[in-house]
Amino acid sequence: MASAVIGNLAAHPVSNAAPRATQDPAWMRWTLTAIALLFLTFFLLLPLLAVFGEAFRRGISAYFSAFADHDAIASIRLTLLTALISVPANLVFGVAAAWTIAKFQFRGKSILITLIDLPFAVSPVISGLIYVLVFGLQGWWGEWLMDHDLKVIFAVPGIILATTFVTFPFVARELIPLMQTQGSDEEFAAISLGANGWQTFWHVTIPNIKWGLIYGVILCNARAMGEFGAVSVVSGHIRGETNTMPLHVEILYNEYNFVGAFAVASLLAVLAIITLVLKALVEWRHAQTRGT
Amino acid sequence: MSFVRAQRSVLPGFGLSLGFTLMYLSLIVLIPLSAAFIKTAGMSWADFVAAVASPRVVASYRLSFFASLAAGLVNSFFGLIVAWVLVRYSFPGKRVVDALVDLPFALPTAVAGIALTAIYSKNGWVGQWLEPDSVRPWLPSDLREYLKPHGIKIAFTEIGVFMALTFIGLPFVVRTLQPVLSELEPEIEEAAATLGASRWQTITRVLLPELLPPLITGFALSFARALGEYGSVVFISGNMPMRTEITPLLIITKLEQYDYHGATAIAVVMLVASFSLLLLINLLQKWSRRHYQV
Repeated sequence: MASAVIGNLAAHPVSNAAPRATQDPAWMRWTLTAIALLFLTFFLLLPLLAVFGEAFRRGISAYFSAFADHDAIASIRLTLLTALISVPANLVFGVAAAWTIAKFQFRGKSILITLIDLPFAVSPVISGLIYVLVFGLQGWWGEWLMDHDLKVIFAVPGIILATTFVTFPFVARELIPLMQTQGSDEEFAAISLGANGWQTFWHVTIPNIKWGLIYGVILCNARAMGEFGAVSVVSGHIRGETNTMPLHVEILYNEYNFVGAFAVASLLAVLAIITLVLKALVEWRHAQTRGT
Repeated sequence: MSFVRAQRSVLPGFGLSLGFTLMYLSLIVLIPLSAAFIKTAGMSWADFVAAVASPRVVASYRLSFFASLAAGLVNSFFGLIVAWVLVRYSFPGKRVVDALVDLPFALPTAVAGIALTAIYSKNGWVGQWLEPDSVRPWLPSDLREYLKPHGIKIAFTEIGVFMALTFIGLPFVVRTLQPVLSELEPEIEEAAATLGASRWQTITRVLLPELLPPLITGFALSFARALGEYGSVVFISGNMPMRTEITPLLIITKLEQYDYHGATAIAVVMLVASFSLLLLINLLQKWSRRHYQV
């Protein structure tokens, strides 16, 4: 559902509108800018600053002692592992889906595009719940899994599956419009010059979609590392085993260990800032390459 | 739905990529999602109604609906101003502000939740100014007594839920409006000005009607996101039954009580609501695209 919005390189030209005869009067410019900045300060900047303010409330050593904890380290490791599996999986899917949709004509295409968007319309909690219904003890394959001594729910596989679900559309959503606007002419040229399919894909298509690909991966990764609701349902909250960083933040917070909670949260906030910076850089690079 | 072979294409890989796409889509999304509907289909009608229409659940629908609605409306108003300022004006640091708008997409919801709670609870940066019973030692005691009945509580009330949902929904409105705003033809504004319209008339009679379709789309996207939101809300809401419980939280509560049928039934109600919204949003986008071609 966020499709239309979560960054869309193809339809998102960076504009530097030059001042024109129809400019707003100065008082209006000042008032509107002030309102916009005040609103953003209160609603966006303040929460971001609060994370660091609370994390360092008891000083630097208290901050760093939060990471001496085994469970904190385990949660960081699990978060990285989860992203390391679900992001590449969705990357491969995104490229395959975009290739199918942008390069070929077939019936049912618009339905397919809608279905790819579906996870954005599903509440994170429900994204976790549906995997409980499939793999949980009461679920479709619960007994079979039990008989074979396999654990999906309340274990790492469930966390990876739920994360894959919530980050499913990111790369595909980015690539589909991009590849559709680029068309297939360059691929046709490569094929007629004697390149085979894979050569065309690696040497023509991939360089063309490079920035969109990176953009999608950045957004996908941020969500994969930060997902809370879906993972919370399937994790079982076993300390040191099935807690990702956001879940560890919750546990520490509910134990009134606020400095610890905000310390771990500050790592995630830094990740968010890096994401925003990279995103801005990619948008800027993309605008540059379009300009030349 | 029938996927018919592609028209003869020179490019290879149709079968492989379509096959992989469909398989992955089915395994990760379609089959698990269908589990919710199949599970609910196994319930009797009476059980289903009992699960989805109990007073506590209905109270949560009411909160989720009205808090999301309020957040969507506030975001539409301020989002329009933010988008306008970002597209039309230039000021130092604009790049940073523009990047900051995406913060709610990038910041994990749990982090946003605890940060908002810290700000708006009674000792927080904002909460200490608003809470009726927060300690304000720097104020003279009679002034403190005077202010007491005038305070408002934000954290652990419905207002807190609304605050979190506003945070989460803002980028949807701004990012839907921005591309439309920057692609508006300057000619229509110039024409209005030439024909003697004041700036105010040009904005309200010429520009706002043009911006209405993306504004409604942005509102709908932020509303839909707010309905399902969980992480940023649970910390600040206080989760009092009948008062500050949002619907996704009730699903978790039921799951923790091993009431899988109850949880799934509520989930199906939410899924139907959000799929209808998705359909509506797609229609809106189609409408607004046609709107611009004319």
